[in-house]
Amino acid sequence: MSKQWPLWEIFIRGQHGLNHRHVGSLHAPDADTAIKHARDVYTRRNEGVSIWAVEAQHIAASSPSEKGPLYEPSESKVYRHPTFFDIPDDVGAM
Amino acid sequence: MYAQMVKSEATQDDPDKLVAFQARIDAGEKIEPKDWMPEGYRKTLIRQIGQHAHSEIVGQLPEGNWITRAPTLERKAILLAKVQDEAGHGLYLYCAAETLGVSRDELTEMLLDGRMKYSSIFNYPTLTWADMGAVGWLVDGAAIMNQVPLQRTSFGPYSRAMIRICKEESFHQRQGFDIMMKMANGTEAQKRMAQDALNRFWYPSLMMFGPSDKDSVHSAQSMAWKIKMNTNDELRQKFVDQTVPQAEYLGLTVPDPDLRWNDDKGGYDFSEPDWAEFFDVIKGNGPCNVERLAARNKAWDDGAWVRDGLMAHADKKRARQMAAE
Repeated sequence: MSKQWPLWEIFIRGQHGLNHRHVGSLHAPDADTAIKHARDVYTRRNEGVSIWAVEAQHIAASSPSEKGPLYEPSESKVYRHPTFFDIPDDVGAM
Repeated sequence: MYAQMVKSEATQDDPDKLVAFQARIDAGEKIEPKDWMPEGYRKTLIRQIGQHAHSEIVGQLPEGNWITRAPTLERKAILLAKVQDEAGHGLYLYCAAETLGVSRDELTEMLLDGRMKYSSIFNYPTLTWADMGAVGWLVDGAAIMNQVPLQRTSFGPYSRAMIRICKEESFHQRQGFDIMMKMANGTEAQKRMAQDALNRFWYPSLMMFGPSDKDSVHSAQSMAWKIKMNTNDELRQKFVDQTVPQAEYLGLTVPDPDLRWNDDKGGYDFSEPDWAEFFDVIKGNGPCNVERLAARNKAWDDGAWVRDGLMAHADKKRARQMAAE
């Protein structure tokens, strides 16, 4: 069997100035082809004006088993949200 | 429905882990690729998503048959766009399956040598242009019926692929109905073609949902895991209830003498398809099984030098770049 094309993760930025957003993946032999394929597969209906292609093996990901230690600390810090603070109505919008 | 008779795998994992896993699913959490999952869940999903992906790819063939013979340039462009979408849908689904630890080439090879199946519907021929209407209206209509609830399925990548597919799929059904409207309101000959297409595609479309619940042995586990959201009969009933008024609008007759509205259940009573035919098609004896697999095998074999050539070129460029650095 011949060698399978590597996997690329595709990120697309829409027209309204938002961040590039992960839209899916595809196989391609190199970066140029990955972008061409992404154009064909992920922007058939004007979904975006910019494409990033990243070879999947270069993405580092957090592990699900670290969920606790990574994210729990923020659960007890409700004061990081503006709604934690009661501002009297008299003060007006803030 | 593009996945039929997907066998649920029995699972022999640690009972405590299974309970915790089921609790996550019951709480509506999404399962992601790196999370722990029962082996049966993984295997059943690979089979189901793989079969779904294969159906999208093989499903291009009956419609591809008419691209060069579409009646106008506009119809041709629309059909081409639709078939291109199907390739995209296959890609999204293969990618979702790959997150479960199977490669796309492995999946493709299992399709090509018959170890994996695709939907029975694509083993029927598309004989006239009206069939393009019937396929979009009925086949894509039946697929949507199944895919909309699957957007809520428990496996994250599958759910995301479904959301993307559903966004595009309603274009497919509407373009089919548009063809049917044109034909049904056309000349007598066109109207006959439209009726003939409905006659031939009605029961095969009902078969898409899989065997009757009383004979469907794989549902319970898959439904508990939320990789199957409704029973086959529920979806089939929903499809009939939605489609019959559309046929009436077209002035066409559903080929079922026993079809009638049942006030008590708030739905239509209808005849079941010929299940012997269904099992025969699944076994490989439908009108086009051999042709479909031969076409996929030929495409795969003929494309090998392109895949290899592009890979070799990319490797060479990379090596040169490394040497220059």
